[in-house]
Amino acid sequence: MVTTLTPLEAELLELAGSVPDPELPVLTLRELGVVRAVHARGADTVEVELTPTYTGCPAVEAMSLDIERVLREHGVREVTVRRVLAPAWSTDDITDEGRRKLREFGIAPPRVRTASSGPVPVELGVTRTRETRPEEDADPVRCPHCGSAETELLSRFSSTACKALRRCLACREPFDHFKEL
Amino acid sequence: MTTTPAKDTAHAAAALALGDDALVLSHRLGEWAGHAPVLEEEVALANIALDLLGQARVLLSMVGDEDELAYLREERAFRNLQLVEQPNGDFAHTIARQLFFSAHQYLLYGELAAGNGPFAPLAGKAVKETAYHRDHAEQWTLRLGDGTDESHARMQRAVDALWRHTGEMFQPVEGLDVDWIGLETVWLEWVSEVLRRATLTVPEGPRTGAWTAGAGRQGLHTEPFGRMLAEMQHLHRSHPGATW
Repeated sequence: MVTTLTPLEAELLELAGSVPDPELPVLTLRELGVVRAVHARGADTVEVELTPTYTGCPAVEAMSLDIERVLREHGVREVTVRRVLAPAWSTDDITDEGRRKLREFGIAPPRVRTASSGPVPVELGVTRTRETRPEEDADPVRCPHCGSAETELLSRFSSTACKALRRCLACREPFDHFKEL
Repeated sequence: MTTTPAKDTAHAAAALALGDDALVLSHRLGEWAGHAPVLEEEVALANIALDLLGQARVLLSMVGDEDELAYLREERAFRNLQLVEQPNGDFAHTIARQLFFSAHQYLLYGELAAGNGPFAPLAGKAVKETAYHRDHAEQWTLRLGDGTDESHARMQRAVDALWRHTGEMFQPVEGLDVDWIGLETVWLEWVSEVLRRATLTVPEGPRTGAWTAGAGRQGLHTEPFGRMLAEMQHLHRSHPGATW
């Protein structure tokens, strides 16, 4: 999405992006990759485009309120946060800095998926078996505590829909893994 | 919540059908909170319910006010499949319902995402969530079917009981440009393969026609649905406009 930003829009985008994620406060919304655009309509009216990580993510409302508050504090009178779904957010939108912070926070970051853009293919391999599961491929989920590649899946869904619960077989610590989406 | 108004009545009708599927199944899965066999499943089912609720909110907002649609409609105005309103039963019943529905939803959203109709943005997002729901149901079907004698018997009973509700998923929905026959063929192949791998028998009973279910899209629902709605709607109806 390449658009020309005015200096004001660039400044407001920076501000909106600096808001911490309400659930993972170590990350900013920019690092999470959910602030899509800022459009200034006149001197004191601004529209922000926000995309949810998951369709039902309850944090979106808190994010919207936080963005509105920060921009109002900066003197913008009218702030509208618009929710956009397309193109769908992907864990590839999390920045490298965001991944590093997740790991330091004790959450295994999502692995980078290649060629994930474009239409979603309907992959219905009838012979698909456990052996081809993503967690068993060449890019293992590493323990964020000790770095071991020997980890096992405990539950596909953890404290939130975007995370899975895993356990390290080396240091025995359970940990959350930000699932690839 | 920002809404995209449905351009015409056919699209609104389709949004209502898909939105009601997601809303009703979300509520059913939410009923497991506090009752799931293990904590991990409690969390998993609630998370799947939350994904579905998010999809329902987007879809119902394309039709009108999401709260009014969810809480103030009568039973006959709901357009969900009869499959999703079926009671949770034991854990195997819930997993069979998940297997059948999430495989269907995954294919349907995949097809809608590839098009450029009004549902493409949501479908492109939701298909990725649904892939995890389908995977969850598949893994549990294998584990229960190929587990103990007891789990095998219960999983088979659940698959047999819900089989007659599966034909309805492929009745064409007005406003959706979908190859329903192709969808059903792929669905049947995939589900049959999972059941076989789970050492279960693919039911031989009918999926369409007499003695099967299938008028949810026309507003006819099964007996347990009224009680589910009463529980889902009672707070909103008893305290109109209440906030906390």
